[in-house]
Amino acid sequence: MLSLTNSSRSRWIMGLSLLLLSGVFLFPLWQITLEAAQFPGGLRLNIWINQFSGDEGGGDIIKNINILNHYIGMQYIEPDSIPELKYFPLVVWGMFGLGLVSILINRRWAYLTWGIIMGVLCLLGVYDFYLWLYDYGHNLDPTAPIKIEDMVYMPPLFGEKDLLNFYVKSYPRLGTIFIGTALALSFVAGWLGKTKES
Amino acid sequence: MKNSLFTSSLVLLFVMAILLAGCTQQNAATVVEGNAAEQAYVAPGEYDEFYAFMSGGFSGQITAYGLPSGRLLKEIPVFSLCPENGYGFSEESKPMFNTSYGSVPWDDSHHIELSQTDGEFDGRWLFVNGNNTPRIARIDLTTFETVEIIEIPDVAGLHCAPFITENSEYLVSGTRFSVPIPQADVPIASFKENFKGLINYVAVAPETGEMSLAFQIEMPGFNYDLARNGKGKSHGWSFLTTYNSEQAYTLLEVNASQKDKDLLAIVNWKKAEEYYKAGRGKQRATSYYHNLIDENSGIAASTEMKTTTILNPMELPGMVYFIPVPKSPHGCDVDPTGEYIVGNGKLSADMSIYSFDKLMAAIEAKNFDGDIKGIPVLNYEAGLHGILKKPGLGPLHTEFDGKGSAYTTFFISSEVVKWDVEKLEILDRQSTFYSPGHLVIPGGETKKPFGKYLVAMNKITKDRYLPTGPELAHSAQLFDISGDKMKLILDFPTKGEPHYAQALPASLVQPNTKKFYPIENNTHPYAALGEGQAKVVKTGNEVHVYMTAIRSHLAPDNIEGINMGDVVYFHLTNLEQDWDVPHGFAIQGANNAELLVMPGQTKTLKWEPVRPGVFAFYCTDFCSALHQEMSGYVRVSPKGSDVKLMWGLNNENKDEETLREMIK
Repeated sequence: MLSLTNSSRSRWIMGLSLLLLSGVFLFPLWQITLEAAQFPGGLRLNIWINQFSGDEGGGDIIKNINILNHYIGMQYIEPDSIPELKYFPLVVWGMFGLGLVSILINRRWAYLTWGIIMGVLCLLGVYDFYLWLYDYGHNLDPTAPIKIEDMVYMPPLFGEKDLLNFYVKSYPRLGTIFIGTALALSFVAGWLGKTKES
Repeated sequence: MKNSLFTSSLVLLFVMAILLAGCTQQNAATVVEGNAAEQAYVAPGEYDEFYAFMSGGFSGQITAYGLPSGRLLKEIPVFSLCPENGYGFSEESKPMFNTSYGSVPWDDSHHIELSQTDGEFDGRWLFVNGNNTPRIARIDLTTFETVEIIEIPDVAGLHCAPFITENSEYLVSGTRFSVPIPQADVPIASFKENFKGLINYVAVAPETGEMSLAFQIEMPGFNYDLARNGKGKSHGWSFLTTYNSEQAYTLLEVNASQKDKDLLAIVNWKKAEEYYKAGRGKQRATSYYHNLIDENSGIAASTEMKTTTILNPMELPGMVYFIPVPKSPHGCDVDPTGEYIVGNGKLSADMSIYSFDKLMAAIEAKNFDGDIKGIPVLNYEAGLHGILKKPGLGPLHTEFDGKGSAYTTFFISSEVVKWDVEKLEILDRQSTFYSPGHLVIPGGETKKPFGKYLVAMNKITKDRYLPTGPELAHSAQLFDISGDKMKLILDFPTKGEPHYAQALPASLVQPNTKKFYPIENNTHPYAALGEGQAKVVKTGNEVHVYMTAIRSHLAPDNIEGINMGDVVYFHLTNLEQDWDVPHGFAIQGANNAELLVMPGQTKTLKWEPVRPGVFAFYCTDFCSALHQEMSGYVRVSPKGSDVKLMWGLNNENKDEETLREMIK
């Protein structure tokens, strides 16, 4: 039976954390579902680290949401003009590199530092997401065909909400769970890691 | 003991009374019993178990129904113009109606044949014949749209069509009205001398379903009525009924009903194929059209074909045989094993059932009673499996349940009779209301029928529904055939006059259904694949409007600079990419029809302004909350006026000059 020292155990755990982090490219981070009578099964918008997607065979989801949104004057979602979709992947790869460095250093402080940076980046990411949602929901075209006094269309960041005829659900998906687990594992690696050369 | 004997005698008497009174009227109230309503009920939001495709007869179209509910799902335009969606009116679909007689806007559709693989339905395509101007159409079951029509040359009344072989190798068809071949100006009374029949084999491409006329077999001038191909052991053979072997050309109801027996033509199509491939056929000049829609552009191309290959049984032995069938047979049906061939002699009191093995043995032993124009006539008894005695009056068509039973419709005695194919015993009979023509059992002509239901398609309606004046819908009746006795569970009115129908489990079609056309595959030369590409191009007096539709506007929606004498083509591209978001297009005074454009498609309406003024156009399909706003104007100026050609949306109008500036 393979017996691991604390120090090699940390390396393995951090390695697993990085593996999970790279898995963020394979699954969406968040999903916003719009439910209404005319959309059996709902319209699902999957938000990835680098793209948007809908259901397989369900058509062009961005186009379909934009068509609905233009009636209430929401801005068009244009993936090409959302810079985050381009630089977030770079941030992930950056963190992946830093993680490798932390494995090389293999010290508690290195793992914890990585974890703290990652944690701060995650909070910033969620805040950024919130700002986008706020902007889409509040910054409406004054010539929109449908105008309702004091109505804002900001989808929930987390949870469920009625927005006119739609019941909107917003929840994290596997990508976010991977990042969260990666973050937690980095702290575990730090906790188990050694403080100085033994 | 005595009592029970008495009871059984009573029952026996009762049964005999029913049998004797084959054509006694029953009324529906005595027929419908138990949980019939429950069996035909498909709750809101639930799906039917089967698709049933019914031909439309004189409507020229096909209808798709759900079974067991009898709910109409779609009418598919095939041989008749359909202003409802622009089929035959749009520039793309006009060529579908081309024939050697010019554009023929109507036909009479009779027999549905679903594509088969190994003798079972595969849910890919559906074929149907046009009886009047001989044609065969193919419908794609992913879109439920007609995608191909091929004309059959030198025949008249393509009733005997388009019967499919067990791997969809060929569609066999025969001429119902013999005519001079090639057509010639001859006295009608020279029928015997000049009139001939043809049995046609249309090959189906295994991957694409595309049809091509392979060869035609020259036959004596009889009326070829209906056909089936062998399956299993009899695969490679076709069986076709004939009537009017008397060769009457006037008052056929009398003069074509004189002989005691007509003929069943038996074609060894594998042999015919060999002869064809070996170049033993004769090329003859003719003219027929092949019309095919390109999947990506949606545009039909029409090609005139100018030769056909004729195989002559007089010169090519072992290819065609005849065997007598009692009196003017109609349907000819092969049981699921491929062994039994049922000849439904419509004026005969009995039904003849042939055995494939015996037919082959008779051919082998050359057990012939002479020949007709070089075609050997098999001895009637030698090929016979047996006779079903006095089953009813006017047998027309037979289908099978895969459990050894056959079901035959009787037009005159207005009933469906269930009988044992092997033992030739009658098992059950149920009245229909009234006078059934064809009947259909899901998979009832295949190697593996699904059984469960039977639909009788009646020719006479009378008092079945609330009256609608002199013209009534034809009526279909659904029976549950899962038990020993057939049980009537539903009546429903149908469109046109359904002749044959075929039904298959929804699971063979439903998963493959297309929801929209991916716009990236649209190769239409006049498509505007985004609103930015919307424009108007004028060359001489020809104006092409590249228009887009998306909820809830058309672009451009203001067009000026059209002059009287201009011919305007509105090419409408539906930019939507979601299920069930069609947009329509109609313009005031259009002398043709409207367009209904599915997501991702481009369709074209030709418009020739009748007078100067400003004319409205609009979306005809209630597409969205602001559908009523989805409209626009086109300004028409007198001939020779100098109004600048301009177009746009939301006052961002452009003209050709501005566009040129923008390009610089």
